[in-house]
Amino acid sequence: MQTRHDWIVPVVAALALLALPAVLTPYTQDLVVKIAIYAVFALSLELLVGVTGLVSLGHAAFLGIGAYVTVLAAGDSGGSIAQVAPLAVLAAAVYALFVGALSLRTKGVYFIMVTLAFAQMAYFVFHDTKLTGGSDGLFMYAKPSWGALNLDDKRHFYYAVIVTLIGSYALLALLKRARFGHALAGIRVNEQRMRAAGFATFGYKLAAFVIAGALAGLAGFLLAVKDGAVNPELLSWHESGAVLLMLILGGIGSLRGAVIGAIAFTLLKELFQLEALLGPLAGHWQMTLGFTIIAFVALLPKGLIGLRARMSGAAHG
Amino acid sequence: MDLPTFLVQCLNAVQYGLLLFLVASGLTLIFGIMGVINLAHGSFYMIGAYMAFALAPYFGDWFIAKLLVGVLLSALFGYVLEWVFFSFLYQREHLQQVLMTYALILVFEEARSLAVGNDVHGVTTPDWLAGGFQLGGLMSYPWYRVFASLACVIVALGLYFVVNRTRLGMMIRAGASNRDMARGLGLNIKMLYRVVFAGGVALAALAGMIAAPLSSVYPGMGGSVLIICFVVVVIGGIGSITGALIASLLVGFVDTFGKVFFAEYSGVGVYLLMAVILVWRPEGLMKRAY
Repeated sequence: MQTRHDWIVPVVAALALLALPAVLTPYTQDLVVKIAIYAVFALSLELLVGVTGLVSLGHAAFLGIGAYVTVLAAGDSGGSIAQVAPLAVLAAAVYALFVGALSLRTKGVYFIMVTLAFAQMAYFVFHDTKLTGGSDGLFMYAKPSWGALNLDDKRHFYYAVIVTLIGSYALLALLKRARFGHALAGIRVNEQRMRAAGFATFGYKLAAFVIAGALAGLAGFLLAVKDGAVNPELLSWHESGAVLLMLILGGIGSLRGAVIGAIAFTLLKELFQLEALLGPLAGHWQMTLGFTIIAFVALLPKGLIGLRARMSGAAHG
Repeated sequence: MDLPTFLVQCLNAVQYGLLLFLVASGLTLIFGIMGVINLAHGSFYMIGAYMAFALAPYFGDWFIAKLLVGVLLSALFGYVLEWVFFSFLYQREHLQQVLMTYALILVFEEARSLAVGNDVHGVTTPDWLAGGFQLGGLMSYPWYRVFASLACVIVALGLYFVVNRTRLGMMIRAGASNRDMARGLGLNIKMLYRVVFAGGVALAALAGMIAAPLSSVYPGMGGSVLIICFVVVVIGGIGSITGALIASLLVGFVDTFGKVFFAEYSGVGVYLLMAVILVWRPEGLMKRAY
């Protein structure tokens, strides 16, 4: 599976992303930023789903907590990135520690339901309390900055997002290759055997869960800064479902798949909402998206990455 | 809190819990027997509620007849649905099932918006169930809520009878305890799946129809019920109908009294209950026992 030239495509893609603003229109630059943020989010979930084999349906909670904490910490003045971002990441990590400690006691389908329920709990906290603006959410009056880096500037923000994406990708790629990553993969394949081999699997899983939550919190920080506002829907299970969808669209089991999935999902969503292309159907994009997903599950169980393997397989066979 | 208020709240809690049970029992059965995690289950509740709204003009005061027709229609719907969308999913991973059912939610919600629009609708209670009875001096309790509770109890008893005392129930129990062995012994597992799924859909839709006059009928009503039912299933233990019943009532009480005592944080109470139970019993109160 791992080939020697595995690094070429990501590196070329990263260089291309860094050079892109020179040619992008504001709309497409915004779209790239959105995709990149969702790619970070999807990557964080890939550590759980693809590497460790833990299917979480509550991952949006960490994204939402990161986003809310960003807005709250930024306050009226915007604050310093060096304070706001770590705070957002930390908050998400702490909630991940709580959820992980409880939900990792369960397995399989139970785990899916429990993570979903805990995400919903966070959703209600933000939805029902006054401090967080209730169902309307909060506005961000000023964006954080740090030295020369001012996130209010679109170009600055673009680079901040792209660098975060590259950093996250690199971090996860390193984690996967490290002893830690191999232990997680071992847990995915056969947890019992890992335990017999002397690994404290619960600790490994919890660590993975917290890292994934923290990274999702970082994505939440970026999302809050991008939109300049947060609302409880960020934590809703639709969002958790969407990010799982990205992984499956791209193909589970590779970091690249998570990024491809984020691209494919965001573009599909934009496409289905294009009135010029679909006419009156654009108002009902959920229907089109729904049927696309169904066709996808039925026909392409291994994701877009699997498509290539299948095509080359067909060519050889 | 004086006694009549307390009693009214208890009745509300039981009624809410029983309604949850109707939805959750279908969810837990479908999971226990077919191994499918069905996110679209809340949509069936929503569809039931909208059916109560759409069928109302044709039935007038024939409320029971409306419920029966609705149950038949939804069972038929579930039967076809299983055939078209689920029959090829059983060998796949849970993840793919999650995706498929997630997509179905999107489709159902849009279909609902195309068919009836996005407005909030009310469904009137039938005339013969209007009004209520006096409780203490000042409180009155609506007859319709009494009817709702009774209807749920009857369905629950029926379910108990079917699962424990009939041939179909025997097959259901066999399928739940060991799918492959049941198939090996010559059980028509495909047919069983289809029937169970249809039954689950009908139960959820019935709950929606009963709930329609109590709450209003609104978009997104399926989502909130689905999540609460997940909590119920997790607390009760996946695949256990008895567990679902106990858990539904527990959740009903925690939610109702949470709203009375901690109005602002009432949404969280149920999830805290789940957290506590998970610490105590990670596999739910009843682990796969009928």
